[in-house]
Amino acid sequence: MAELVLIATLNGVLFGLLLFLMASGLTLIFSMMGVLNFAHASFYMLGAFFGYQIARWAGFWPALILAPVLVGFVGALVERFGLRSAHKHGHVAELLFTFGLAFVIEELVQIVWGKAPVDFRVPTLLNFPAFTVFATNYPAYKLFMLAISIAIFVGLFAMLTLTRIGLIVQAALTHPHMVAHLGHNVPLVFMSVFGVGAALAGIAGVIAGPTLVTQSSMAGLLGPILFVVVVVGGLGSLQGALFASLLIGLLQTFAISVNLSLADIFGASGFNPQSGTVLSDLWRVTVAQTAPILPYALMVLVLIFKPTGLFGNRET
Amino acid sequence: MTSRLLAAAGVAALVLASGQASAQDTIKIAYIDPLSGPGATVGEVGLETFQFVADELNAKGGAAGRRFEILPYDNKTNAQESLVQVQKAIDAGARIITQGNGSSVAAALSDWVAKYNERNPGKEVIYLNYAAVDPVLTNDKCTFYHFRWDADSDIKMEALTNYMKGQESIKKVYLINQDYSFGQSVRAAAAAMLKAKRPDVQIVGDELHPLLKVTDFSPYIAKIKASGADTVITGNWSQDIALLLKAAADAGLQVNWYTYYAGGTGGPTAIKQAGLNHRVFAILEGEANVDHPASQATEKAFRDKYGISIFYPRVFNEMRMLATAISKVNSIDATKVGLALEGMTIEVFDGGEGFMRKDDHQFFQPMYIASFGERGPNEPFDEEKTGWGWRTEATITTEDTILPTSCKMTRPD
Repeated sequence: MAELVLIATLNGVLFGLLLFLMASGLTLIFSMMGVLNFAHASFYMLGAFFGYQIARWAGFWPALILAPVLVGFVGALVERFGLRSAHKHGHVAELLFTFGLAFVIEELVQIVWGKAPVDFRVPTLLNFPAFTVFATNYPAYKLFMLAISIAIFVGLFAMLTLTRIGLIVQAALTHPHMVAHLGHNVPLVFMSVFGVGAALAGIAGVIAGPTLVTQSSMAGLLGPILFVVVVVGGLGSLQGALFASLLIGLLQTFAISVNLSLADIFGASGFNPQSGTVLSDLWRVTVAQTAPILPYALMVLVLIFKPTGLFGNRET
Repeated sequence: MTSRLLAAAGVAALVLASGQASAQDTIKIAYIDPLSGPGATVGEVGLETFQFVADELNAKGGAAGRRFEILPYDNKTNAQESLVQVQKAIDAGARIITQGNGSSVAAALSDWVAKYNERNPGKEVIYLNYAAVDPVLTNDKCTFYHFRWDADSDIKMEALTNYMKGQESIKKVYLINQDYSFGQSVRAAAAAMLKAKRPDVQIVGDELHPLLKVTDFSPYIAKIKASGADTVITGNWSQDIALLLKAAADAGLQVNWYTYYAGGTGGPTAIKQAGLNHRVFAILEGEANVDHPASQATEKAFRDKYGISIFYPRVFNEMRMLATAISKVNSIDATKVGLALEGMTIEVFDGGEGFMRKDDHQFFQPMYIASFGERGPNEPFDEEKTGWGWRTEATITTEDTILPTSCKMTRPD
């Protein structure tokens, strides 16, 4: 049991931190520009495919640096030449723009790299078991993913709270007009934040690509979960994003480990629906089977009871 | 001058139109399977196999004086999408459709085809199923226009459990399957048959996970590990088996695997990585190293052309029988072809005789239980450049794969 708990915790934290890498950019963009960026997970996918391509040409380590920079650059271009024009026509136009962009990116990726998964491998340097707990190996690459994610969170947090750039970004979050009146170039701040947000998703893509299958549907698989993280954590709150990411990561992995069903809980009471009926099917569904829908259930609950999210102070 | 140009254009248009008319003389087979998304790896392999067999048959002159043409349609492993695609295929002139991945898709298609044929007499469509193995398709939900070439899930489990019966080392079994009709039928059959054949074996886990959605199986592997299982049974396919084995390799899980589709893309690489030498078993209708010269020659030609191994010997059986049926009735009328296919016997791809049972349109053929690992001297083929290959551990004759059916179909008059 202790073994299962430990492994599930490690897996959950890892998945949570990966979510955080993406959600941090999304929540910053959302709170600053009021744009729910539907294409955010597509930047994650771009990161994975750029990473794969650069890794084939120059090896994994250059890819780890270059791919996120490229993705950030693409993100900045999207803001400068797409979103900024759409901004004039209001939020609906922006929303539709990012929505369309997600499809465009997916189609482009399919045209360039094909529809089947590509062979993005873990670098040989990290392809060994890091340590063994209760006879279960923990891959070194996953430890590496953990380390990168934590380093980025610390760096991001320090930048936002300790530096002058962070101060301007924070100010622009709540009072964009005031910041502009003080002589700061707010559009540039927006573009940079969008670029950095995209680059963060790009990093997540490069490091997740080798373990989570690099394919053109990866954005679609992860996209919805990101919105859950942002809503549960609260808008514009980095701490909230971190907390919600970890919560959802742990929730999903632990739920998988639990085999309880209603039948197990109430079986002793003697009430057992006749087999073959709808009720009996529900009765025997285990917690593990419901794992994929738990994050969404959590989101619904949060929207009902605390619409600002756990750490946010703005209505979603 | 202008009128001359117009006339020339008119002639050109006529030539083009007649060219199209002759193209319509091909035997169009609509291939409806995932060509994008998580199922795409298997979908692409299937498409290449059909293309290969079509080329092979065309080189011999096709059937009834016509050439075979494969029309690919991407259904994204989605039942709803498949119905859109099958309509498109029919509009494009296809009267023969084939599909394999996903029994949920197959059930929807089979149902749709039956209804379409009722409403469009004289324009019937025939549905050739090469891989969807939910038993219900040739039992309670059988229809005349559905034919299946893969052994159904119960036949495969029957063979697997017959083999497991003799393996004394099996004590604790873990079941992990995809959460949809096929995965559920595997799990039910495994539990029932193990109980009957090896009552001493304990089932320590019975897992269902979402179909083609999981990208990291490590939580499931942790659970298998914690259960103390020595053997895992799974019907997983496509990325669900490859990623499951990959996660097992990463965690260093050492158990025996009894699978339906461990040979799929990515599976062999993961098995080699995990060092599971001859500990992963699969139930197949043929594998590259079966000692049969004709199939080995084809295997070599296929690998030279596509760089992958033959995963679907049954596609060869399906297409060759279809060609025989079309030649026999000299027509591509779905009803006539269907009647010709009923009861047909054929020398199957890997040798031995198979037949299409008239009662339920299930094809029966010799089956093999193979394990994956280091190769012996008589095993020329490896998989995915791992150096390891399949070895036949047991052969099941056609007669021993026959199970009764509850099918009561209505035949055309």
